[in-house]
Amino acid sequence: MAERLLDVESLKVTFATEDGLVHAVDDVSFTLDRGEVLALVGESGSGKSVTVMTLMGLTRSPNARFEGSARLRGEELVTAPDEKLEKIRGREIAMIFQDPISSLSPVMRVGDQIVEQIRAHEKVSKAEAMDRAVNLMERVGIPRARDRARSYPHEFSGGMRQRVMIALALSLSPSVLIADEPTTALDVTIQAQILQEIKDLREQSDSGVIFVTHDLGVVADVADRVLVMYAGRVVEQGTLDEIFYDPQHPYTWGLLGSVTRMDRNPPHRLPAIPGLPPSLLNAPVGCHFRPRCPRAFDRCTEVPLLESRVEGTPEHVDRCWLEVSEKRRRREVEGRIGLAAGTVA
Amino acid sequence: MARFIVRRSLSAIALLFAVSVVVFGIFEVIPSYNPARAIAGRNANPATVQEVSHKFGFDKPVYIQYANTMKLIFTGQVIDYQDDLNVVDQFAHKFPVTLSLVIPAALLWFGLAVVFGSISALRAGKFADRAVMVGAILGVSVPVFLLAALLLYVFAFKLSWFPNTGYSGLSNPTQWAYHLILPWIAIAALSIGFYSRVLRSSILDMSTQDFVRTARAKGLSGGQVFRRHILRNSMMPIITMFGLDFALLLGGAALVTETVFNLPGIGQYEAQAIGNLDVPPILVGAMFTAFFVVLFGAFSDILYALLDPRIRLTG
Repeated sequence: MAERLLDVESLKVTFATEDGLVHAVDDVSFTLDRGEVLALVGESGSGKSVTVMTLMGLTRSPNARFEGSARLRGEELVTAPDEKLEKIRGREIAMIFQDPISSLSPVMRVGDQIVEQIRAHEKVSKAEAMDRAVNLMERVGIPRARDRARSYPHEFSGGMRQRVMIALALSLSPSVLIADEPTTALDVTIQAQILQEIKDLREQSDSGVIFVTHDLGVVADVADRVLVMYAGRVVEQGTLDEIFYDPQHPYTWGLLGSVTRMDRNPPHRLPAIPGLPPSLLNAPVGCHFRPRCPRAFDRCTEVPLLESRVEGTPEHVDRCWLEVSEKRRRREVEGRIGLAAGTVA
Repeated sequence: MARFIVRRSLSAIALLFAVSVVVFGIFEVIPSYNPARAIAGRNANPATVQEVSHKFGFDKPVYIQYANTMKLIFTGQVIDYQDDLNVVDQFAHKFPVTLSLVIPAALLWFGLAVVFGSISALRAGKFADRAVMVGAILGVSVPVFLLAALLLYVFAFKLSWFPNTGYSGLSNPTQWAYHLILPWIAIAALSIGFYSRVLRSSILDMSTQDFVRTARAKGLSGGQVFRRHILRNSMMPIITMFGLDFALLLGGAALVTETVFNLPGIGQYEAQAIGNLDVPPILVGAMFTAFFVVLFGAFSDILYALLDPRIRLTG
């Protein structure tokens, strides 16, 4: 059994806003082992970014409240003092952010930005830290790294900038690497290169990776396990195969149904999930997906527990009251998994 | 860089020309303006005025008058009409007073504005922030002449901590500072308030930027994140303001303070010249100010480019 890195239990993050309380993360639990890639999937505003940023304490603010626990190798992160978190950030848990142009300081040379991170945690000379920064940049495929380290972020292309971001995140060989939609701001060919880069890194090091994305194509490519989030809650969690071949929650069906697939005949129209995600200020009673779900029935006003419903796969959990056999029948749309706005069962 | 300097110099020349033409032109259209009368004296008879007018070339066409005046200015021979003193000498004599007033005041207001603006932003919404902001509003809204008079009344007249008015040369630094502390405060008060408010909002704006989040995610301490990433990027707006304000003050905009504290600087000299409709000092003063505005505009552009590599120096 691989070493357990992260153990998140019933994590809740609530923000007090002028309009009321926002339950951004509502009872989220998951684990991450060494060498594993966990994908966090969901629409914008589903709470995936808040979840991972909370692990690093980046969501701390006077109007944020936290409940539950998140432990890194047994050490509590949620209640850890700032000084302790500062030591963990960058060294133990590092993050690759979505938009590499705005996430790198525009006024610092990229080499210096990596050096800054190394020297924040280790007592090494500037020259030594710079040598390491150049090595890292070479490792993530930046040509002429020695010269390029002296450039500013705006002098790099989008893909190269994201490589810098990755080099930065890897500079202290963190045990947990969080990639928050690392390919969203990039065009498709660069996306493929960056994904390859992240996969290579995972093979070379044995860190655990949390991959936050809304792109199921990317998930299929990199993930071992998948956690589907909707409106602040985990609605389904399982291995890659379980989620892709035996999805239990109608929201997961909808996500899978709205992906274009090269290996099948294209559907008539690319299906979308009807409606909009709920406002977290005023979330629906019971199952949050109920108002958009064509399969909703009476019981859905009661919050479904996150539990295993498929026999023989205790790790595959979901939050849907429907019978498993019923689900398997209902999720077929035009020969593939999807969420059809059809008759209510 | 060379290209930048050349282009800025050319635009400075164009600006000085435009300013001088406009100022000169204004006095041509002022109805009661008659420099010959001023020079000839209060009780001169029309014949004397006529004579003076001819001697000084006031009967010649405007453009010749303009050319002659410019020639006198640039050869350093221009004299004022009121006291027959060399204007360039007067500026050379009075400029150190203005420098003594403005440079320390500028350092004071810029430094304190950075301190107060930072405190205010870091404690946003809390007591320290509110206190600073109330102080800032007071500083901005109390007129300089009132503040200067109040300072004089309280600290010079009632408490006798500082001398009443006047200027003491830099040859005795203690006396120099002793005489100038109240004027420095009077000038700085307004700008401290204004600058710290601008800096505060700039810092708050910068604090939510993605690269600041990255800096935190790297494990930098709060102080490091603030100094290296937030503050540096928040300085732009106040640097722009500083270049312009500083240039205007050097050019004589400190006239109220100079007058209240009886400091014989450029501002006071200019104010008197305007009262007397004395063209040569006014003209030289306007060009003097314009020169500093161009100069410090260029300085703040250079500083910009140093602070932010994305900015290129363009003329």
